[in-house]
Amino acid sequence: MSPDRRQFLGWGAAAAAGTALAPVIRLIELAQARSPQEAASALQRWGLLIDITKCADCDECVTACHEENGVASLGRPATDAQWIRKVGLRDKRTGYAQTLPLMCQHCEHPPCVDVCPTGASFKRDDGIVLVDKHTCIGCRYCVMACPYGARSFVHEAVSGQKADVPRGKGTVESCTLCVHRVDRGETPACVEACSRDGGKAMAFGDLNDATSEIHRRLKREPSGQIRADLALNTGVRYQGL
Amino acid sequence: MRFVLALLAVVLTLVGYADAEEVRAGRVAVPVVKIEKGEACVAPTAEMRRDHMKMLLHQRDRTLRQGVRESRFSLKSCVDCHASRETGSVLGKDGFCSSCHAYASVSLDCFECHTPLRQTRAASAPR
Repeated sequence: MSPDRRQFLGWGAAAAAGTALAPVIRLIELAQARSPQEAASALQRWGLLIDITKCADCDECVTACHEENGVASLGRPATDAQWIRKVGLRDKRTGYAQTLPLMCQHCEHPPCVDVCPTGASFKRDDGIVLVDKHTCIGCRYCVMACPYGARSFVHEAVSGQKADVPRGKGTVESCTLCVHRVDRGETPACVEACSRDGGKAMAFGDLNDATSEIHRRLKREPSGQIRADLALNTGVRYQGL
Repeated sequence: MRFVLALLAVVLTLVGYADAEEVRAGRVAVPVVKIEKGEACVAPTAEMRRDHMKMLLHQRDRTLRQGVRESRFSLKSCVDCHASRETGSVLGKDGFCSSCHAYASVSLDCFECHTPLRQTRAASAPR
């Protein structure tokens, strides 16, 4: 009787170990680059870390973004779409000036998604906040709701769009974190331009991946969110603010 | 006499029919279906004619919302094969998409936002 019982317990232990290990193996699998057939996963959360102390007095990120996404200026600043912009900060007493790039902060709890009446504004599983222009009715509630002023409305008919970035009149748009590049395993255009021609102030990566540079730096170095008081848990973090 | 009348009737009918054909061909823009590239589409022709919009609709939501970027039913792949060799576009008078949609009187909204131009450079160069 006794050996049988021992054997049975052995099987039980083996089965338990198998069940416990399976998700770990799955996690390791998902840390690899995604194939085009695979859906975005909630195990990842894409984000940016921007070191303002390194942010040079240039607009390479803005130029690169608008070039990559086919956002052309029509020479009408009041209505031109703006996916990313440089913001200047100046301490009134000391005169200390800083500059930083500001774009969609890819919040975990995005107000733009909360207010959208058609469900066009949505957050992808990997944390990228997007607009489904097929269902966007152009009501601009999200433009009002966004505390960062990150969204733009397309006022005029567009031509010369990029194949990966459809844009059209009557819809709202904003930074997509270059989702088409991210899906190919590349970094956003602004990050690439900043590392190449700018101050090397921007880093892109998976906030959930413990081996990523962005995760390590966020863990060890001080950083902050713009309007952290709103508790939106932004995917874009700043240093030296 | 009866034979002559019958003959006349037949001739007149034939002439009338030919006239109607001519008028029809002149008045209505018949779609131009010129396939520029590839041997076969992703599904049989009859199925593509009837259901291409369903394939695109299904694929677009998967691509945008889940990030699945399969090329099989993607609009980009449609354009890459079907864009005209001369203009590089699926729109225009003889465009693959626009001429058929004009014939069927169905509005074509895809290209309000998406580019109608072929992206692969090798294919766009005239051969």
